Amino acid sequence: MKLIVVFLAILFSVPVIALAKEARPVSDDPELEKRVMALSEELRCLVCQNETLAGSNAELAVNLRNQIREQMTAGKSDREIIAFMTERYGKFILFRPPVDRTTYLLWFGPFILLLAALIFLFRYVRRRRELIVDTPLTAAERRRAEDLLQTESGKTAA
Amino acid sequence: MRLVSCGPFDDLIMRYAIPLVIFLVIAGFLASRLRDGYDPRILPSVLIGKPAPDFQLPELRDPTKKFSPKDLRGKVWLLNVWGAWCFGCRQEHPFLMELSKDGTLPIYGLDWNDKREAALSMLAELGDPYVLSGFDPDGRVAVDYGVTGAPETYLIDKQGVIRYKEVGQLTPEIMQNKILPLVRELNK
Repeated sequence: MKLIVVFLAILFSVPVIALAKEARPVSDDPELEKRVMALSEELRCLVCQNETLAGSNAELAVNLRNQIREQMTAGKSDREIIAFMTERYGKFILFRPPVDRTTYLLWFGPFILLLAALIFLFRYVRRRRELIVDTPLTAAERRRAEDLLQTESGKTAA
Repeated sequence: MRLVSCGPFDDLIMRYAIPLVIFLVIAGFLASRLRDGYDPRILPSVLIGKPAPDFQLPELRDPTKKFSPKDLRGKVWLLNVWGAWCFGCRQEHPFLMELSKDGTLPIYGLDWNDKREAALSMLAELGDPYVLSGFDPDGRVAVDYGVTGAPETYLIDKQGVIRYKEVGQLTPEIMQNKILPLVRELNK
């Protein structure tokens, strides 16, 4: 029993230790901290590239968040800080890629594909329609059809 | 009215060739990403052709001395970003030692996000290939250089312009094929 208690104690202390390790220097100003995190959401962590700077605990992300915090304290605007980052890391650091020459394909590619698919569909349907040949019924066929139709309507009437 | 044919998909070409072509295009794209040495983490540096950002850092060995790239005007040199915590740097280390003995190209270090004792003990253990290293414990200078990981190496020319950046370890092949030809040109 004692062993189990000790085991559980160790087990549950692990996450606490892990949390303590992740604590990072933050300023006392919650407003500033909010701004730092908001801007960090817009920037990419360059180590784990699918994460934002806000979500990453890579050392580089911590460095960059500190930079953002410092520059904000120094009174820089978000726009100025983003310019600072792109000058050093390129546009790749922006989590939302800007629309420019290098990203046209990214932004408009899906619409081009959609347009191509619509054109294909339209042409396909039109071609199919041309393949439908109108073959008139022979007199015998017509009579049979009329018979069928009449019996059918006669049945429903009855 | 009667449908004579099931439409253009009856054509062998439409039925088989188009899916095949689409498949090959996708497979080709995926294969290109799997090729040896392709690493999506390696980003093109925006700093190539631009002046190396200036800084003033305390030297790793002697904190009372300052290291600034300005002091190296008129030289072609390598700036190698490293840290004692960085496994790739330890792997790269023997080659840097070799390079420093050769003496054609001075190597300066940027000890990044590191602890001084750890860095010094690594150099004591493995040797010091650097003329000197700047000590950058909070990564401030590294951010100015657009460093995304270590090791990274910059080739800087006599005017202080960044001419080349290698993300990852330097190898004899990279040295022979890319850096040394550039150095010869820059030293003319």
